[in-house]
Amino acid sequence: MAASEQKTVLQFPPSFSSTLSAKVHPLVIFNICDCYVRRPDQAERVIGTLLGSVLPDGTVDIRNSYAVPHNESSGQVALDIDYHHNLLLSHQKVNPKEVIVGWYSTGLGVTGGSALIHEFYSREVPNPIHLTVDTGFRNGEGTIKAYVSVNLSLGDRPLAAQFQEVPLDLRMVEAERIGFDVLKSTMVDKIPSDLEGMEISMQRLLALIDDVYKYVDDVVEGHTAPDNNIGRFISDTVASLPKLSPPAFDKLVNDNVQDHLLLLYLSSITRTQLSLAEKLNTAAQIL
Amino acid sequence: MANTTTPTMARSFLQVAATEEVAPPLRAVQIEGLVVLKIIKHCKELSPSLVTGQLLGLDVGSVLEVTNCFPFPIREEDEEIEAEGANYQLEMMRCLREVNVDNNTVGWYQSMLFGCFQTVELIETFMNYQENIKRCVCIIYDPSRANQGVLALKALKLSDSFMDLYRSNNFTGEKLREKNLSWVDIFEEIPIKVSNSALISAFMTELEDDTPVTQCDYDRLQLSTSPYLERNVEFLIECMDDLSIEQQKFQYYYRNLSRQQAQQQAWLQKRSQKEVGSGSYYVQIVISFCYGCFDRHLTLFSF
Repeated sequence: MAASEQKTVLQFPPSFSSTLSAKVHPLVIFNICDCYVRRPDQAERVIGTLLGSVLPDGTVDIRNSYAVPHNESSGQVALDIDYHHNLLLSHQKVNPKEVIVGWYSTGLGVTGGSALIHEFYSREVPNPIHLTVDTGFRNGEGTIKAYVSVNLSLGDRPLAAQFQEVPLDLRMVEAERIGFDVLKSTMVDKIPSDLEGMEISMQRLLALIDDVYKYVDDVVEGHTAPDNNIGRFISDTVASLPKLSPPAFDKLVNDNVQDHLLLLYLSSITRTQLSLAEKLNTAAQIL
Repeated sequence: MANTTTPTMARSFLQVAATEEVAPPLRAVQIEGLVVLKIIKHCKELSPSLVTGQLLGLDVGSVLEVTNCFPFPIREEDEEIEAEGANYQLEMMRCLREVNVDNNTVGWYQSMLFGCFQTVELIETFMNYQENIKRCVCIIYDPSRANQGVLALKALKLSDSFMDLYRSNNFTGEKLREKNLSWVDIFEEIPIKVSNSALISAFMTELEDDTPVTQCDYDRLQLSTSPYLERNVEFLIECMDDLSIEQQKFQYYYRNLSRQQAQQQAWLQKRSQKEVGSGSYYVQIVISFCYGCFDRHLTLFSF
């Protein structure tokens, strides 16, 4: 710290970074882990580019990523820039809306070399996001963090850049859609068919209903303290069921079932027709 | 070139090269979770247009492993963009090889809507791929079923008997009956297994939300299935129309064929009753040749 007569103040820029947040899609995590597993033997970590877009409310949506070969030795980092540009062009041919939003590296924390790489990426994109994925599980868990670089300046002189953490949204809606069971275990022998999936969903629904029943019973008998919010929620849910008299409901269900039966009948007729036609048409010996 | 030291020990190089390796039949396709996510992302982003992409992986024994994939850009119907497409492919393969991704093409994936994937283009693409790669597979994904909470992924392969027939272009009735080939035997569906590396499985286990109900369940328990049902029935009706037109064409050809053959028989009969000599033999050959051409022409027309 330079001693000087006037008082200088260590300035933080206006807190725009606190409104910035990032959202990561599960594909990015899968990509990063796959690249880490395939890294060349002498590399300790993997570095790559993050692709995505910036949503209108300022959130950075990270949708895709690719690894970039790099060389690290005693504080010097060399990144293969041509490769980075080539792959970027290739990816943009498929999806022109995906642009660079930052870069990632595996390993916990931010190192000195990262500042240099971050500088390179800030030349491509105004405010790149730096994502670290701890594949070493050093804290006993896999931490995924996102940082933004913030310039610290002393008075008028730029002093250093600080990596400030930004909130990261790791909700995996697509992964949920596929089913965590398929994506979580190391080997799944069969993708669940429609009926099996439906069975699982119905079981979950029944479990939820049982829970609610038990809660209401407990409250009525006085075992649990009543919570007004939960009570209102339950009554809203029950009231949102449409008011149908039992015969009307029966009619609805039966109509639906009849439609399906009709379709079953039509498809079996079609199949019979097809096999008959085949037999009749290919029975002749001339052909 | 090692020569046999003892007759019972190591076979000579020549002997090994002479015995052909019989590849075990393909029993399963093992896809990585990463590939599933990539395929879903690509198909969903660009739906409703149909998209394709390349699959990369390894061919190991009776299991075909698919370890990575990359999407193809949407191609305009222009001749000069063909070269660009090939360039793009080469570029992607080269870049992926540098990061140690398996550089081996094992097939392609494509999206489809409502289950209508059995087209002539698919068969032609299969034949093209089969020229270069011994074992290739096509993965079909239906993004519209994802809204119903179903992972609609299918791995297809052309059956061997169909491929032989197609190559020799020998689609006559006897051959079909001989090989017992009907429309269900054209494509073979192969079961899919999904595998994940241990690292990603650790991450997923940790990042999994503790909600008792997932988005998948919300989609599955949706009650509005009628739009999908209606679309499927519409497609069924279209196919039935096409089928009836084809059947009528076939009936027409068949009637013509039997009429021509009856005429040919009658003519031959008449000629053989007169004396067989001089020019009549020559005329017979010419007429049979004409009918023969007509036959072949109509055989091609029916299939």
